[in-house]
Amino acid sequence: MKTIKVSVVTPDGPVYEADVEMVSAKAKSGELGVLPGHIPMVAPLEIGAVRLKKGNETELIAVSGGFLEVRPDRVTILAQAAERAEDIDVARAKAAKERAERRLQAKQDDIDFKRAELALRRAINRLNVAQRKF
Amino acid sequence: MGASLRDIKTRINTTKKTSQITKAMEMVSASKLNRAEHNARSFAPYMEKIQDVVVSVALGSNDASHPMLIKRPVKKTGYLVITSDRGLAGAYNSNILRAVYQTIQERHRSTDEYAIIAIGRVGLNFFKRRNIPVVLSITGLPDQPSFADIKEIANQTVNMFADGTFDELYMFYNHFVNAIQQDVTKKKLLPLTDLVSDKKLTMYEFEPSQEEILEVLLPQYAESLIYGALLDAKASEHAARMTAMKNATDNAKELIRTLTLSYNRARQAAITQEITEIVAGANALQ
Repeated sequence: MKTIKVSVVTPDGPVYEADVEMVSAKAKSGELGVLPGHIPMVAPLEIGAVRLKKGNETELIAVSGGFLEVRPDRVTILAQAAERAEDIDVARAKAAKERAERRLQAKQDDIDFKRAELALRRAINRLNVAQRKF
Repeated sequence: MGASLRDIKTRINTTKKTSQITKAMEMVSASKLNRAEHNARSFAPYMEKIQDVVVSVALGSNDASHPMLIKRPVKKTGYLVITSDRGLAGAYNSNILRAVYQTIQERHRSTDEYAIIAIGRVGLNFFKRRNIPVVLSITGLPDQPSFADIKEIANQTVNMFADGTFDELYMFYNHFVNAIQQDVTKKKLLPLTDLVSDKKLTMYEFEPSQEEILEVLLPQYAESLIYGALLDAKASEHAARMTAMKNATDNAKELIRTLTLSYNRARQAAITQEITEIVAGANALQ
């Protein structure tokens, strides 16, 4: 099986680097699968999980937005925050989720509302990835 | 003579204590500098990559345009100034603040024309005291800031350019050259007019469209530039503090040396005088 090099990079350092058979991610325009030999492409990502398929295993990485850059021999995911499923701090994500929910309950102006909503989505995404619910 | 002997002794002791503290601070800063350099190194691949993509996307096709790429008439300028929270770092803060203050004096006549975004308490206090408008500020950042720590302020700063509050944004920070040299750097953050690349540009497919990608990419890029500047400034801060503390320790050592010398002289003088007195007394008895 042909493989493609994947690296997930954040401002705090590289999170993941390996050769995989397929990368699938949730782009703004919908689910996206990348196999080796793909033409160069750039796509913005949603808050969601990136799935990296290698043999029978699938590795999950939670990303908070960012974008995906594809070249024929490598895929780079640049996100402001990304964690592998096993590195996620579940307690912290739960706390963040509750905090965001409380903020959404209290009626605030639009900007705070939007920010709380994004925070909630990031927290839920982390929890889902940690529990491998994809 | 006795009192002055004791005075000198006390001064030697206090100077010794001070030099122990400055020595400890020097060592702490040295290890913090180490970690700061490490952080800057782990950030480098992200920055390189995002720059690569931004340049390729923005220059790749000429019909791409985005407000962040276009120069517009300047009505209001924003200055992002990175200083430290605490002093004892030599000329680290004063160099930056002087540069910012001079720039403002040269370029602006009224406070409506500019505003400051202050990172670090020293800068914030400086501008407040001089009645210079500060629109955003953050203090109490950790010594090894992670991106999450400044995400919010970076995001708000970039948004202020997007919504037209500012028509241009500059960053002022100390660039880390090496442990003994840090240069005050003034860098234009937005608009991104000077994108150049020496590498070959990659032609990309865009999913869904180039405009929408720039919409995501450019703010993220600008935010990373701010984070990069902060990491750079933090490394400089620790280096500046290390050097300042090293100088303080050296000065304390020098002071202890001269004080010890005068202490010994005073002690010798006291002994000599005592002997003279005893001899004089013995002579008087004969």
